[in-house]
Amino acid sequence: MLAHLPILQVILPFLAAPICLILRKPKLAWLFALIVSAAALAVSGLLLQQVYAGGVISYELGGWAPPWGIEYRIDLLNAYVLLVVSSLATIVLLGAHTSVQKEIEAHKQTWFYSLYLLCFAGLLGIVATGDAFNVFVFLEISSLSTYALIALGRDRRALWAAYQYLIMGTIGATFILIGIGFLYMMTGTLNMNDLAMRIDAVESTTTVLAAFGFIVVGTSLKLALFPLHLWLPNAYTYAPSMVTAFIAATATKVAVYVLIRFLFTIFGESYSFGRHPLAEILIPLAIIGLLSASTVSISQPLIKRMLAYSSVAQIGYIVLGIGMGSALGLTASLLHVFNHAMMKGGLFLALAAVTYRMGGSEIGHMRGLARTMPLTFWAFVLGGLSLIGVPLTVGFVSKWYLILAAIELGWWPIVIVVLVGSLLAVLYVGRVVETGWFGEPEKPGRNEAPPSLLIPLWILIAANFYFGIDTRLTIGVAENAAAWLMGGGSGL
Amino acid sequence: MLLFLLIVTAFAIAYTKDLFAVVMLAGIYGLLSASFFVALDAVDVAFTEAAVGAGISPLLMLATLGLTGRFQTQTKSRFYLLGFALVVLVGALLMIGTADMPAFGSVDAPAQQHVAPRYIEKSYEEIAIPNVVTSVLASYRGFDTLGEVAVIFTAGLGVLSLLSISRKEEEKEGGVASMYEHTILRIVSKILIPAMLIFALYVQFHGEYGPGGGFQAGVIFAAAIILYSILFGLDVAKRVVNESVLQILAALGLLLYGSVGVVTMLSGKNFLDYNALAEDPGTGQHIGIIVIELGVGITVAAVMILIFFAFSRRMDREGGA
Repeated sequence: MLAHLPILQVILPFLAAPICLILRKPKLAWLFALIVSAAALAVSGLLLQQVYAGGVISYELGGWAPPWGIEYRIDLLNAYVLLVVSSLATIVLLGAHTSVQKEIEAHKQTWFYSLYLLCFAGLLGIVATGDAFNVFVFLEISSLSTYALIALGRDRRALWAAYQYLIMGTIGATFILIGIGFLYMMTGTLNMNDLAMRIDAVESTTTVLAAFGFIVVGTSLKLALFPLHLWLPNAYTYAPSMVTAFIAATATKVAVYVLIRFLFTIFGESYSFGRHPLAEILIPLAIIGLLSASTVSISQPLIKRMLAYSSVAQIGYIVLGIGMGSALGLTASLLHVFNHAMMKGGLFLALAAVTYRMGGSEIGHMRGLARTMPLTFWAFVLGGLSLIGVPLTVGFVSKWYLILAAIELGWWPIVIVVLVGSLLAVLYVGRVVETGWFGEPEKPGRNEAPPSLLIPLWILIAANFYFGIDTRLTIGVAENAAAWLMGGGSGL
Repeated sequence: MLLFLLIVTAFAIAYTKDLFAVVMLAGIYGLLSASFFVALDAVDVAFTEAAVGAGISPLLMLATLGLTGRFQTQTKSRFYLLGFALVVLVGALLMIGTADMPAFGSVDAPAQQHVAPRYIEKSYEEIAIPNVVTSVLASYRGFDTLGEVAVIFTAGLGVLSLLSISRKEEEKEGGVASMYEHTILRIVSKILIPAMLIFALYVQFHGEYGPGGGFQAGVIFAAAIILYSILFGLDVAKRVVNESVLQILAALGLLLYGSVGVVTMLSGKNFLDYNALAEDPGTGQHIGIIVIELGVGITVAAVMILIFFAFSRRMDREGGA
């Protein structure tokens, strides 16, 4: 069975989704979904271990050799992203039952789990595959299910948010498809590895340039790079709490992966950064996005929206690292993909707990939280510290690497930008903490969230510190993957 | 000529304010693109486009119109110019992209040189069915098709979760407007519907030899049922196909497809390697393709009918139609 690990990774949640629909009982569906995603998590752990020990794993779907058939190709980069996605999906799912019971109408709950698994499988499929068109197919699965998941929010505005995201997301996906079409036209292949080899011969054509443009813009829409981030704040704000925690931690990260894969593996570093002024476009956008989104988030009355804007800012850090086009910058980006997933997953789970008890997550609901829900409050504080980038947290590790990468290039203004971004984070996190500590609660007396929400929340918060101190796994993988990508990233 | 008609229709769609006419034009657009694909010798694509673009999607759009009303409300957008600029920009980028494109129909084009020749030359030997398109969709790139079925399934679930009403409200449902009084419609459709169902089955099982397959068959099948429910009322149609049964069917179709992969995996080959299904590779491929096409057909038909039911139930509740 070990030989089948790459496909099992995707097919487990993929086939569990229709089974969930047949199970009908929400509790049963939840339990089943949880078991399956835990299994998927185990698979991704094994995969990473195998790739570390034995190098790239290739799996031929349908038994057809690439480029004729579709190939799953697991290397260090996607094994790492698979682990991020499946661990976050499983941890969030752990608390889903409690929160979903309260936030989603009874007859829609089974559909929630089915859609959740579809989205999960879609994201895993995008990451695992070595075929450019297959990326698009699984992108559609994950996008469609995300729109539906967002629309499940009780607030009527969730519908509008989902619709906005649907339009923007579809444009993004279509751009990616057009790009892939152009690439196929010029090379006659869809296999990524094969594309990477054959693209050199045609790289001076304008058709490949157009493909490059469409793919970069399309993925930037999906990963919410400023100014293409407009769908994100509403989507995160009005979606059910668990959906926000899940997509905030995974969906944009997968889009980042797609961008990295196309830029470094398929087009190659020398094409993306040498031939075209990509760095000159990405870096200013990342900086403006980072600073403006951080500033906007300070004055948000809805805490979910505040964290959503903070996510746009964090995407800024990630794209900044990619834009540097150096191994160290890429390492910082990859680190932040994992680290930001842990912090935002944790923070949004804390908000899920607040929403569960207080009925909402406006700044008013946070008043006196330190007394009414101390465990949730402290989780939020610690998660916030990680978001700011205080030493001993994961936030510090990725920012440290980003600063190192900037210094290596001698780009001192970038160092200042990163520091200013952290100061802005102090302001917006601080405001919530202040309200929680000094505010008078509406109803005094302890009203802590149930353990089913606290356990996943504290797992993530603990992870923020564990991986902040013991950085062997994250830095080891990120450094190796970055070095490998910079060295062409294709072949074996 | 066809291309010119396509462009005219596209402009007409953008300018018309009467949404009913827009839907009809969209149907025409679908039919025109289908003819266009035939002219390009892509019969399978044309068939799909005819079934989807000219068949089921106008039908579903009409159902939506029943909910929303026929005319577009005037909205003045401040972003009109920005939108226009973006469209021009994207169009220009597309034009640039075509500049270095290999000449149309050129034999030397990379798309004709690299992967495709093997499909054309070897597929009969390897898969033993004459329709190369089916070979590529169902076997060489069978995993993509599995993904597409999941896309349909997800879309169905999405519509359900948006439009569903809870069980309690459902009981209050009033009588359903049917067109039973129209004698001609009734008689014609009574002749037409069985023929459609049989044609759907033909398309379903004939995909290996001619154009067709699960997607088209599912859509045609669904169209027959939808036609039936428009004419004889939703209640009567629901007595034939119950909604929760449809949900299970949609799930089962996807599972059927996936289970082929699981079976091949358990018998020691890779996921979706149909050669594992029989001693002789040709037979194995054949069995695999028939079963997965059946899965596709079931899911597609079930989802299409579900979407229509969800729309029309909503319509009854809102008292429109």
